[in-house]
Amino acid sequence: MLVYALKRLLHVIPVAIGVSIVCFMLIHIAPGDPLAAILPTDASLELQAQMRSFYGLDQPLPLQYALWAWHALRGDLGTSIATGRPVLAEILSASVNSIILAVAATLIGFTFGSILGFIAGVFRGGWIDRIASGLAMLGVSVPHYWLGMVLVIAFSVSLGWLPSMGGGPGGSDGRSFSWDYIQYLILPAVTMSVIPMGIIARTIRSLVADILSQDFVQALAAKGLMTKHVMRHVIRNAAPTAISVMGLQLGYLLGGSILIETVFSWPGTGSLLNGAIFTRDLPILQGTILVLAMFFVFVNLVVDVLQSAIDPRIQRS
Amino acid sequence: MNEEQTVIDIRDLSVTFHRGRKPVKAVNGVSLSVEAGEVVALLGESGSGKSVTMRSLLRLHPKGTDVTGSMTVSGRDVMGLSTRELGQLRGATVSMVFQEPRLALDPVYTIGQQIEETIMRHEKVSRQAASERALALFQKVRIPSPERRLKNYPHEMSGGMLQRSMIAMALACNPKVLLADEPTTALDATVQIQILLLIRELQKEYGLSVIFVTHDIGVAAEVADRIAVMYAGRIVEEGRVGDIIRDPKHPYTKGLLGARVELAHGRDRLVTIPGSPPDLAAMPPGCAFAPRCGQASDICLRDVPPLKPIGETGNIACIQYA
Repeated sequence: MLVYALKRLLHVIPVAIGVSIVCFMLIHIAPGDPLAAILPTDASLELQAQMRSFYGLDQPLPLQYALWAWHALRGDLGTSIATGRPVLAEILSASVNSIILAVAATLIGFTFGSILGFIAGVFRGGWIDRIASGLAMLGVSVPHYWLGMVLVIAFSVSLGWLPSMGGGPGGSDGRSFSWDYIQYLILPAVTMSVIPMGIIARTIRSLVADILSQDFVQALAAKGLMTKHVMRHVIRNAAPTAISVMGLQLGYLLGGSILIETVFSWPGTGSLLNGAIFTRDLPILQGTILVLAMFFVFVNLVVDVLQSAIDPRIQRS
Repeated sequence: MNEEQTVIDIRDLSVTFHRGRKPVKAVNGVSLSVEAGEVVALLGESGSGKSVTMRSLLRLHPKGTDVTGSMTVSGRDVMGLSTRELGQLRGATVSMVFQEPRLALDPVYTIGQQIEETIMRHEKVSRQAASERALALFQKVRIPSPERRLKNYPHEMSGGMLQRSMIAMALACNPKVLLADEPTTALDATVQIQILLLIRELQKEYGLSVIFVTHDIGVAAEVADRIAVMYAGRIVEEGRVGDIIRDPKHPYTKGLLGARVELAHGRDRLVTIPGSPPDLAAMPPGCAFAPRCGQASDICLRDVPPLKPIGETGNIACIQYA
């Protein structure tokens, strides 16, 4: 178990190097001068060159990369061109907000998705299955920024129950376990949960239907187990796959929430990226993408280890 | 205990599945009784209804299956049992060994957990006591290093070992009846005979009544006291093992005996029964075997021959012996 976890951890190293190269290259290949955004249009060539060497942009690309990677390894992702604040602090603050949103959305999506999928799988072919599968299908297909706006119109504008935007009363760092804060989380989290809910429901539906058609389920009934006990076996058999799908979804949500964060003005990495793209804030862009990619790798690692803890066939083979 | 006590009594059992477009009558008026301590082999090819007959005793059919007739197992009317009572019967009084142990065991629980689960389902004992019993059972079915093996998952064991585990699990609650659904079919030939001998040995020791479903007449001869030959959902011939092997009467039984591989040595061709079994969704009106039978006459194609006594203990459903 521990050996397996360590082995998987070693696999992270080449992935991390690859990811950092790709995200560095992508941004430097893209057209546009990052200094254009902060320098006045009539800035002298001398000032431009001075700024260029200050940010290290006059060095050859491989050297720029090596410097950046070396600093990144030591926890220094540079300073934002637009705000002059350390990139790492900006990303950390935004990441925590994004993680809160993604985790809340995944939990909501996983809970309802599992229930829907399980019911649909058990009653496969019946009208219950059709309703549950229809809901899941709707979840996958509906554009979430549209759903977000619909929810805002319904719950904020018409009913006035929930705030429509923002990260809570204390600004982007004012997190607390109180209704004052959580009410801001509900609409974006529900909007975001619709995608994983649909995917998890569909996965679990086919998983449960497949497990129920296996011989061992009949063998369990043949040794006298009642339905509820048989279902415990079904859940245990479905769990490894369900968890891996959930982990992947969490990974996607951690990075892929630009639209929803923008719709709800949620101060997360999505909003940060969005802003950085418009201001061509290279250090922020690079840093954020790197951190998000590493999140994804890390979530996958956790999922693999968890899976091997549940499913004996993975870890020992 | 009365030696002649009837433990299983099936009367006029019919099973109809409604899954496809047309209803499929898999079992069509089967009557069979098994005494205490007796082993009866249900012999027949795929689709003859032998497994379905056996599974009926535990009411293991999918929802929407029509089951008619009466079945009594150690004095309990199986057709009249509630779901709860069925749950108490299954695994405790009547247990079952499946054809493919690898598929019939839950892959994410250890074998030990699965045996303990069975014991704790039917008896109020501690986990500690249940795991001690599991160990004793593993020793009984002669699994080497049983303590370690109990902690194994199904994918870590060989087919023969898994079938031994299945047998151990089936015996966990001291059942009266063991239903064996082709328990050796999925195994290597050398392992097959070990498992057969094990079942026979434990059957004697526990005084079990056994229904042993198989398509292999050699296996049936090895393990059974009596053989009931099934064809297209009906029993066509039934009798003591020696009588059936030595002097098969029904043309189908004769064909089965003729089709044994052991007889086809040298340059002789393997003798087979011409044709194939009838479609159970569209059964012919007369004897189901008539279209494949060399001795069939007009009456065979018209009327279903009833199962009639022959000799001292046998029964046969063929117009030639009516």
